[in-house]
Amino acid sequence: MDYINAFWVGGIICALVQILLDRTKLMPGRIMVLLVCTGAVLGAFQIYQPFQDFAGAGASVPLAGFGNLLWKGVKEAVDKEGFIGIFMGGFKASAVGISAALIFGYLASLIFSPKMKK
Amino acid sequence: MNKQQQQEAYKNYVKKKTPVHSLPANMAKAFVTGGIICTIGQFILNFCKGQGLDKDLSGGWASMILILLSVLLTGFNIYPSIAKWGGAGALVPITGFANSVASPAIEYQKEGQVMGIGCKIFTIAGPVILYGIFSSWALGLGYWILKISGIL
Amino acid sequence: MITGTQSITFEKPPYLISSASVVGKKEGQGPLGKMFDIVGEDDLFGADSWEEAESTMQKEACLLAMGKAHISQNQVRCLFGGDLLRQGVATSMGVEELEIPMFGLYGACSTSGEALALASMSVAAGYGEYMLAVTSSHFGSAEKEFRFPLSYANQRPLSAHWTVTGSGAFLVGTKRSHVRITGVTIGKIVDYGLKDAQNMGACMAPAACDTIVRNLEDFGRAPEDYNRIVTGDLGYVGQSILFDLVLGKGYDIRKNHMDCGMTIFDQEKQDTHAGGSGCGCAATTLSSYILPKLERGEWKRVLFVPTGALMSTVSFNEGASVPGIAHAVVLEHC
Repeated sequence: MDYINAFWVGGIICALVQILLDRTKLMPGRIMVLLVCTGAVLGAFQIYQPFQDFAGAGASVPLAGFGNLLWKGVKEAVDKEGFIGIFMGGFKASAVGISAALIFGYLASLIFSPKMKK
Repeated sequence: MNKQQQQEAYKNYVKKKTPVHSLPANMAKAFVTGGIICTIGQFILNFCKGQGLDKDLSGGWASMILILLSVLLTGFNIYPSIAKWGGAGALVPITGFANSVASPAIEYQKEGQVMGIGCKIFTIAGPVILYGIFSSWALGLGYWILKISGIL
Repeated sequence: MITGTQSITFEKPPYLISSASVVGKKEGQGPLGKMFDIVGEDDLFGADSWEEAESTMQKEACLLAMGKAHISQNQVRCLFGGDLLRQGVATSMGVEELEIPMFGLYGACSTSGEALALASMSVAAGYGEYMLAVTSSHFGSAEKEFRFPLSYANQRPLSAHWTVTGSGAFLVGTKRSHVRITGVTIGKIVDYGLKDAQNMGACMAPAACDTIVRNLEDFGRAPEDYNRIVTGDLGYVGQSILFDLVLGKGYDIRKNHMDCGMTIFDQEKQDTHAGGSGCGCAATTLSSYILPKLERGEWKRVLFVPTGALMSTVSFNEGASVPGIAHAVVLEHC
């Protein structure tokens, strides 16, 4: 069951973003920013987490899930460390995603050479 | 007609003249592509939980493996073909973020380690990191204020 | 001789003596594939980067054009060249070894018309026996310059163009050949306020219309006086807009219009959406497809009108519109 929920929820988020991509002049970069910020806001209003509990990876794999993760990190750090936690939680929670992307991306630049678009 | 009205009229005329992709077809493709990527993520999550890892660690593993797969597919020039078909289905998942990090790193390697790879690796992903961190910081600040003032 | 408001008629029209086209793999697989002089195997032309590859294509095209006419590089008085890269580096690096006095030009995709106009004007004015006009573009370097890294996951809209990987060089001079440049019309910048850089055809069509109509009025000609009116890279979207705009001015060019961007690729099979674009698009199509027809006398008179969309990544990010420009060159069989 959790596979089905992940599939259709993740699919619907992507299909909705496709409308933005096709019918507005928003560039992909802006759409990614929009998704992350939306995820963080929905997280703060305690909407995203219940949604993610239902959809699993269908909600955590899209970039909005990344935004929710950032918010969760900040919230936990504030609960634990107080004021300074606002500056700690975000990067702590997103450490795996950002590090993996940067490290693998860098390694890829050492291995692969630029190719023509097909 | 003044210049602004003329420009507006031309803009509307061009809009009528310009063909666009079929939206329902593109949405269907994005649905399938995004759905499959999320299902792979769910599979990794379930596998990790099966190994006795907690929710956060499983999520970390899922992100890491999806990013690795996306970077490899980008390097072999396969991810652009997936995106050409799947559109937002390839852009929205964390794999799209990984592609936006790996593709400039590969493309700009000729411009050197620092100014090429080092700077350009952030050209598309940088804004995502900046605004993600900033918005969660701003929300965190609000949360902290509400907390010390005793509302939460 | 000054003609009309923006045109020149040459009393002693210079000859277009020879030309050469060098293109990449995709262009070689297109409808004009067999007509190009050199088709590269891998779009790198033995170089390390797309930018170096573009320079190599320019050099090869220049050498080949001179070689065909048996003219050595020290006989060429001046070179007019341009490309799409920042500060025109592809041209600077490409023609360095030729050691010909040069002018670097930028007119986006209209540069081939600009270069041909300046070269023919210089020859007609008697400032040299031979002049070289060369332009180039490369899909890889242009994507990097204006859009995204090549392996980035984006979907191209149907109005987007595919930058041609190619370079065309033209030797203009006093030595007899079968094609003459009898006149030119220099275009103005025309801006209808469009901001969509992914729809360059619509941004450039008003400029093409302006220059074509100006040419017809300056020379007192009807569209039928040209066997073909050839635009550079308006593509499918731009062409339909151009037809409407020109009709609005009282001329009908639907029967004898041709667009290089629509000719160089097979839209269906090669998935190039609106068509080819870039400085290399009009130049290589002119060299490989149009000039041979003029040489054989199949076409007697052709109006060559490459168009350019004058945007930069900075102007785009700052929300500025995309102005267009077009220069017209009258080519006649003789």
